[in-house]
Amino acid sequence: MASVTMTVNGKSVSGDVEGRTLMSDFLRNDLRLTGTHIGCDTSQCGACVIHVNGEAVKACTMFAVEADGADVATIEGQANADGSLNVIQQAFQDHHGLQCGFCTPGMVMSAAALLKENPTPTEREVREYLEGNICRCTGYHNIVKAIMAASGQDVSAIAAE
Amino acid sequence: MPKDGGIGASTTRREDVRFLTGKGKYTADINVFGQAAAIFVRSTVANGVIKSIDTSAAESMPGVLAVFTGEDFVDVGGNPAGWLINSRDGEPMKEPKRPVLAHGKVRHVGDAYAAVIAETEQQARDAAEEIIADIEELPAVINMADALAGDNYVHDEIGTNQCFDWGWIEDNRAATDEAIKNAPHVTTLELVNNRLVPNAMEPRASIGTYDAAGDSYLLQTTSQNPHLTRLLISAFVLGIPENKLTVIAPDVGGGFGSKIYHYGEEALVLAASKKVGRPVKWVADRTEAFLSDAHGRDHVTKIELACEKDGTFIAFRSETLANVGAYLSNFSTATPTFLHGTLMAGNYTVPNVYVNVKTVFTNTAPVDAYRGAGRPEATYSLERVIDMAARELGMDPVELRRKNFIKADQFPFASAAGLEYDSGDYDALMDKMEAMIDRKAFEERRNASEAKGMLRGLGINAYVEACGIAPSNLVGVLGSRVGLYDAATVRVNATGNLSVMVGAHSHGQGHETVFPQIVADMLGIDPGSVDIVHGDTSKIPFGMGTYGSRSLAVCGSAMVRATEKIIAKAKKIAAHMLEASADDVDFTDGQFTVKGTDKSVSFGEVALKAYIPHNYPLEDIEPGLEETAFYDPANFTYPSGAYACEVEVDPETGKVTVERFMACDDFGNVMNPMIVSGQVHGGVVQGIGQALLENTTYDENGQLLSASYMDYVMPRADDLPFIAVDHDGGTPCTHNPLGAKGCGEGGAIGSPPTVVNAVIDALQSGGKNVTHIDMPLTPSRVWAAMNNA
Repeated sequence: MASVTMTVNGKSVSGDVEGRTLMSDFLRNDLRLTGTHIGCDTSQCGACVIHVNGEAVKACTMFAVEADGADVATIEGQANADGSLNVIQQAFQDHHGLQCGFCTPGMVMSAAALLKENPTPTEREVREYLEGNICRCTGYHNIVKAIMAASGQDVSAIAAE
Repeated sequence: MPKDGGIGASTTRREDVRFLTGKGKYTADINVFGQAAAIFVRSTVANGVIKSIDTSAAESMPGVLAVFTGEDFVDVGGNPAGWLINSRDGEPMKEPKRPVLAHGKVRHVGDAYAAVIAETEQQARDAAEEIIADIEELPAVINMADALAGDNYVHDEIGTNQCFDWGWIEDNRAATDEAIKNAPHVTTLELVNNRLVPNAMEPRASIGTYDAAGDSYLLQTTSQNPHLTRLLISAFVLGIPENKLTVIAPDVGGGFGSKIYHYGEEALVLAASKKVGRPVKWVADRTEAFLSDAHGRDHVTKIELACEKDGTFIAFRSETLANVGAYLSNFSTATPTFLHGTLMAGNYTVPNVYVNVKTVFTNTAPVDAYRGAGRPEATYSLERVIDMAARELGMDPVELRRKNFIKADQFPFASAAGLEYDSGDYDALMDKMEAMIDRKAFEERRNASEAKGMLRGLGINAYVEACGIAPSNLVGVLGSRVGLYDAATVRVNATGNLSVMVGAHSHGQGHETVFPQIVADMLGIDPGSVDIVHGDTSKIPFGMGTYGSRSLAVCGSAMVRATEKIIAKAKKIAAHMLEASADDVDFTDGQFTVKGTDKSVSFGEVALKAYIPHNYPLEDIEPGLEETAFYDPANFTYPSGAYACEVEVDPETGKVTVERFMACDDFGNVMNPMIVSGQVHGGVVQGIGQALLENTTYDENGQLLSASYMDYVMPRADDLPFIAVDHDGGTPCTHNPLGAKGCGEGGAIGSPPTVVNAVIDALQSGGKNVTHIDMPLTPSRVWAAMNNA
């Protein structure tokens, strides 16, 4: 067992983990932050995307010990300080960018990382950035639309085609 | 115009807030005090005799609480098929027992034969690796034709791999054969409807908790229909009395059919909890999901279309081999029969239809209903062979369809495949689709693609499906072992807000938003004062759950009926309060008013009176305001659509790109257009996935080669365009109170042939004599077809 200490959503946390404990399991089982979901076992689906030191990371691809000392953000820390939905979350609700909600935390975290590096992405750029996030419900239509809307673009014409 | 937030409003979803903030509660997110973990040990061979299982080393591993094998469940029942199908000769279908854990033999890769319960999941996993099973591998039966021809049986005790040989409608067989024999033109197509894995993003999970104090059980599980799961466990598998078993399906991360069924893991965690005296939790990983979730489709079909030289249809005849896998899953026998054969007249006035389906056991995972369930298979067969016929006859594919469409004034229409379609307007849908895709300008777009060195194709399609399942009397005659009504309880609380308990289960469909829109609209109150309760058998009436696009048409209708009862009773109470006759009281916008006066009481005042019945006619009216209705539909509902797809094919690589996709659907009356559009987007993309990307591949030894997202190609955002949808102005369903038809599956039903038709059109435009390619149309398949043509 190894001791780890890190900042998660602005709070300092610590725990004892096995060497093989994945970051996704540490968040879910030790910290009870179950918003980070596990949808596959091959780092393909993206339901577990979190931010580690500002970078989007699939939490199932790193060990908890690798996050020792890191600044971590998860879906539970994304809302505004007053508890209201942030711009991306609000756009997902406004544009029906989620159905069952299981892939949604990863989608929101990926979208946040995208908009940080590319504040007004084109449709193609959004689609290519989401290559590592699988959704089975929405056909991605409203996810792409929501992310473009969150970036301040006018998406009113998209409904027609 | 819809009332504010009422029927027809695109209200944003209230459930989104918890999902967007990480506060959803899926089964895997639930942790019960004292819980232990279960891990299943699954067969690595497709067919084998279990000689022995040595669990002693595993039992002595750290943290291990118990180890189970099939031996522990020989005295309990099997997981049954929900639908009895008889063969053409009247013989009942073959029904091998499906045990909780494999016993005697393993029959597919992933077939669970042992389970370990330990303090932690890692300890259970470590111990599972210490189980020593002596399994003698036998040759596997994978290919359906081989399975029928040989004497290597998946279930030795039934002595055949054929589950049944079904004819629909058997009395029409001779006439159809004769019509085809004498027809001026017959188009024949052999095709494969590729096997798919539903792949809800949330893997299955279950927590079993036994409470010794009440000798009762709680199962929290990933289910689309908790009451059905409870019924199966109680009546067939473990024999736990229904009143001692609560099943809760909390937030569920998608289903698409795969979570309709009861699975052995659910029974195991319940039995294990009693044995170890602790709650027992199991969460599947994705590989387990690929290996053990019920798969979908997997038909091999020969379809024939006979017609006059002018294109008038004379007959459809099809022969299908349908894979059911190693065991019969709960709906597996209904899917290739009554959800498939009955749709084989399509949107057409064709007079003769005959469908033959042989279902086949193989050493593969069970196959069952997956989004569309039988209807995508029917539509694919029809709409591919019609397209091929149009090409052979030199007719426009839209005109050939229109020539044979059931016309708007012919409804209700008795189809040659035995259903009575209640309403529709297929020409109007086709008009809308042609306008939407701007068909007149297609040649310009094709020229532009060709200028880039790409081949461009336009594919079109029409579909009709039968959903809103289903009338109990009808399905009873057809072999169903359950009724297919649904139920709702509307409870008006004393302070005027409402709790509505429904049998339907929402796992992405947005019931928590849409159902209150309907109730609030009827009562003239704020939808925000209505909450839906679903997924908990201890709280909801006995409803059959969500699948077959039935939630709104069936459970929604039950909710309407219950709300009507509320209004009727409330009106009596209001009449008393207003000192008027109930006949003289109007109810509009939440106010009860004596006709022609300004005397009025609000719905909230009436609710309070019902619960504080002072000065109340107790001799005539019971206190309280709560009503339940069970609703059994009079018929299926019949959504229909006209779809168009434009693709580009790269002649150098065979890669297909979907450039445009238009879906014009008739879902009858629409309650929340935003949510309906979302259902179409998702369904269409699952269909595009089937057409271009997805395939479930077993090798000849029964090893699943596509058991991960590295190998099974899920549609991703960059594979797709935006999807244009239109579902305005539908023809209302004539037999349910909402006029609603159901929108969950149309997209997945209508899209695969549309895409394939478009690719064939593109290849033909490039001078390639390619008339068919089996799905998925991967670059290698398309390239090979082009280069062999």
